[in-house]
Amino acid sequence: MPYKSSVPLFWRLKKSKYNLIGTKCNTCDKVFFPKKSLCPNCRRRGNLDDFQFSGKGKIVSFTVIRVPPEGFEKYAPYAAAIIELDEGARLSGQIVGDFSKVETGKPVRAVFRKINEDGNEGLINYGLKWELSE
Amino acid sequence: MDIGIVGYGCYIPRLRISVDEIARVWGTDAESFKKGLIVEEKAVPEMDEDTITISVEAGRNALLRAGIDPKKIGAVYIGSESHPYAVKPSGTVVAEALGLGENIMVADFEFACKAGTAAMQCCYGLVKAREIEYGLAIGADTSQGRPGDALEYTAAAAAGAFVIGKDPLATLEGTHSYTTDTSDFWRREGEDYPSHGARFTGKPAYFKHVVSASKLLMEKLSLKPSDFNHIVFHMPNGKFPLTASKILGFKNEQIEQGFVVKRIGNPYSGSSPVGLCAILDAAKPGDRILMTSYGSGAGSDSFSFMVTDKILERRDRAKKTEDYIKNKKNIDYGVYVKLRRKLKI
Amino acid sequence: MRVAVVGVGQTKFDEHWEKSLRDLSTEAGALALRDARIDGRDIQSLYVGNMSAGRFIGQEHLGALAADQAGLIPIPATRCEAACASSALAFREAYFSILSGQYDIVMAAGSEKMTDLKGTDAIATLMGAGDQEWESAIGLTFVSLYALMARRHMEKYGTTREQLAMVSVNNHRNGTLNELAQFPKEITVEQVLKSPLISDPLRLLDCSPITDGATAVILVSERLAKKFEKPIWILGSGQASDTLALHHRKSMTELLSTKAAAKKAYEQAGLKPKDIDISEVHDCFSINEIIAIEDLGFCEKGKGGKFVEDGKIAREGEKPINPTGGLKSIGHPVGATGIRQISDIIKQLRGDYGKLQVKDAKTGLALNIGGSGATAVVNIFGRDKPK
Repeated sequence: MPYKSSVPLFWRLKKSKYNLIGTKCNTCDKVFFPKKSLCPNCRRRGNLDDFQFSGKGKIVSFTVIRVPPEGFEKYAPYAAAIIELDEGARLSGQIVGDFSKVETGKPVRAVFRKINEDGNEGLINYGLKWELSE
Repeated sequence: MDIGIVGYGCYIPRLRISVDEIARVWGTDAESFKKGLIVEEKAVPEMDEDTITISVEAGRNALLRAGIDPKKIGAVYIGSESHPYAVKPSGTVVAEALGLGENIMVADFEFACKAGTAAMQCCYGLVKAREIEYGLAIGADTSQGRPGDALEYTAAAAAGAFVIGKDPLATLEGTHSYTTDTSDFWRREGEDYPSHGARFTGKPAYFKHVVSASKLLMEKLSLKPSDFNHIVFHMPNGKFPLTASKILGFKNEQIEQGFVVKRIGNPYSGSSPVGLCAILDAAKPGDRILMTSYGSGAGSDSFSFMVTDKILERRDRAKKTEDYIKNKKNIDYGVYVKLRRKLKI
Repeated sequence: MRVAVVGVGQTKFDEHWEKSLRDLSTEAGALALRDARIDGRDIQSLYVGNMSAGRFIGQEHLGALAADQAGLIPIPATRCEAACASSALAFREAYFSILSGQYDIVMAAGSEKMTDLKGTDAIATLMGAGDQEWESAIGLTFVSLYALMARRHMEKYGTTREQLAMVSVNNHRNGTLNELAQFPKEITVEQVLKSPLISDPLRLLDCSPITDGATAVILVSERLAKKFEKPIWILGSGQASDTLALHHRKSMTELLSTKAAAKKAYEQAGLKPKDIDISEVHDCFSINEIIAIEDLGFCEKGKGGKFVEDGKIAREGEKPINPTGGLKSIGHPVGATGIRQISDIIKQLRGDYGKLQVKDAKTGLALNIGGSGATAVVNIFGRDKPK
C-alpha cells in the first residue's frame, strides 16, 4: 500500500514523481517513463541516460473516478487520464480543475499537487497532476 | 553590482468564496463587511493544495522569469504560518520539486504574515555577502479563520516567490525592519485556528509597525512618498493598507496596482508578496516601489525597489497575477467547509 | 499425451458471511472429488489459484493450507498467482504436471474470500493487479482502467453506451438459470444506464460484483481417462503477458495478451474461431467482453458492440458467450473465476447441464484475464478425444 506508512517506497521514486525524470536510450533514441534499467528494444546494446520530460502532453483517454480506493476518499470525484507526453512516453495522472472540460486529445501541463496523505499523523505524498493548458 | 529581484512569480488557487456567501451562512450583514473590509471574495485552496504545492507553483514561475539554471540557487527559504508539517521542512520538498540541487541552504520561516519578506531579506544578505549566487524566497499561506470569526471573511491562500541575486529586474535599494513584542494575533501549538486582539490589532500593532518601518526606510534612503510610483503594504483587509498609506502621505493611485486584497482576500505571508508581483506585472523601467509587510507579534519589513529594463524581457515568461485572479470558480460554504477540513469525518 | 478433465466442483458464489476461505476451498474440492467419483487420496498433486488472500484475509501459504484442510497431506501443493487469472494459471500448471509424466491425477483449484474486507480496502486490494507505483499511486482503480479502455473503444469504433449495457443484460439473463450464481436475476438496458456512475463511462451494472467462492477441477492423464465417464479433453492452452500498466500499451482497444494466448490455443487445438461452439469470457466489466469477442476472432476489430447488439452472443445465438451468466451474474471471486469458467465449459460439453445446457456444444473456450490484461489465459476443450 504505497499511500500507507512506507517511507522508502515513495522516497525512492521522488525524483521521477516530482520532476518527470525518465530515461533515454542513446542507441535507439527512444524515451521512457518511468526510468528503465534496460532498453527493451536494444537490450544489451542499449545506452541509457536520465531524461527530463518537459511536463507537456495530451490526453489519450480519461475517466472520472467516483468510487475511490482507500486513501483517496476525500478527493473523489476526480478525473484521471492516460497522458502522452510531447516527447513520446505515456503515463497515468489525475486531471485537476473542472472535469466537465476534460476531453480526449486536449493538451495538458504538469502541476505540483498533494497526491494523498497517511491519515493525520503519517506522511503527505506529493507529486504531479495535470491541468488543461489554455 | 546591483542586487535585487531577478525573477518573480505568484500562485493563487482557483477557488473563491465570497463575503456574501460567508455572511449568508452566519446571518451577518454582507454589505457592511464588504464595505468595512473592502474585500469581495477570497481565494481557497483545493483539497490537494497546501503551502508546499502553492510554493512550488509560485517558485516555478519565479524561476521561469529569472531564466537561470535552477542548480545555481544556493538557498530556499519559505515563510508561512501554515507549513503542512509541524516538524519536517516545506523547503526540502519545494527544493526537490523545483530541481534546485542538493548543495543548498534550506529552512522554513515563521513570523505570522511577514515570514516571506523575512526570507527575502535573508536571501539578500547571503547574496550581498557572496555566500550564494541566487536565493529563492517564498511567502505562502493557506490561512484558516475560525468559523464565524471576522477572520473567516478574509483568510485566504496564495504564494509569492522571488529569486534574489545579481542582474535584477528590480534593484533592492534598501530594507529596514521594525520589531516589538506586541501580541495582537497568535496561534498556540496544536490549535487549529488563531486568536486575535480584535481592535488591538490596529493602532498599536499594524499601524505602528507598518508606518514606522516605512518611515524609517524612507529616512534611511532620503526618499519621500512622492518618489514612489507604487506601494504595497500587508493587506489583512482593504481598509488597513489604505489607512496606513494615508497616514504616510501616499496617494490612492500609488497603492492601486498592488491592491489585490479586494479580489483574493488575505493570504497572510503571501499578501504583500503577491501584491508586489501584481505591481511588477505592470511596472515600467525606472519605477520605484515601496513594499512593507506586517507580521503579528509584531514587526514590519520595508523595502525599496527600483525597476530596471530587465523587466521588459522577463515579465512575459510566466503567468501573471491577473491571469490567476481571473481564472476562478466560486464555491458555496458547504464545499468550503469540506475543502478546509472544518468537518470532522 | 492428452489430458482430460473428469471432475468439477463449485461452491455457490455469494457473500458467504458464515464461511471462511478454508471452508469454501474444502467444499469445492470435495464437490470435484465426488463429481469424479474418486477419493481424495487418489490426488497426487494440488495447484491452488488465489489472487490476494494475503491482503483480503491476511493469509498466505495457501497451497499447504488447502492440502491440510482437505486432508491431502503430504502431497505437494502449489499456489499460483496472476491477479484475476490466478486459477487459470493453476489449471495450466496442473495440466503441465501431467504432460510432464510426473503425475496421472491432480487437482487444480481456485478461491477468493473478498467480503471480509470493507469496500474501499477491497478496491485498493484489487488494484494490486495494476502497477502499484504508477497507477494505484495516483488513485486509479480497477474499473477506471477498463473505463479508460471503454472510452477509447467508444471514440474509435463508435461502440455505444447501450451496447455495453447489453453485455450485462445478456449475462444476467443467462444467469437467472444458474443456481450457483450470486445475482441470478434479469436486468434491463435502462437499469444499467440508470445505475450509479462508478468511473465514467462505466456504471455499477457494468461491473462484476465482489464475491466469495471456490472452485476445483480434477485432471487425469490419457491413460487414466478411459476409466471415467465423459472425460472432456484439453485441446489447447495458451497464456500470454502484456505491460503491467495500461498506459504503456500502444493500443487501448485490444489486449495483445488475449490475442497471443488465443493464437497459441487455437494452433494447438487445430481450430479456428468459427469452430468454437461456446465460450466463457472474462466480463469483469462490460467493455472487456466486447474487447474479448474481437480479440478471440469472433468478429472484426471494432465490431464487438454490434455483435452483441445483434444478439449473436445469446444462448440461442450463433456464438453463445457466457451462457451460464458470466462474471457479471455468477459473481467474481477473483482467484476462483478461471476454474469456474473451465468447470462451466466442462459441464456444457458433457451435455447434461440441465436448464443451462447449450444444444450441441462440442467445443468450448475459456478466456481468463488478469489485471487490465497483463495476463491472459485461453483454454480450449473438446467433447471428443482428439486424434
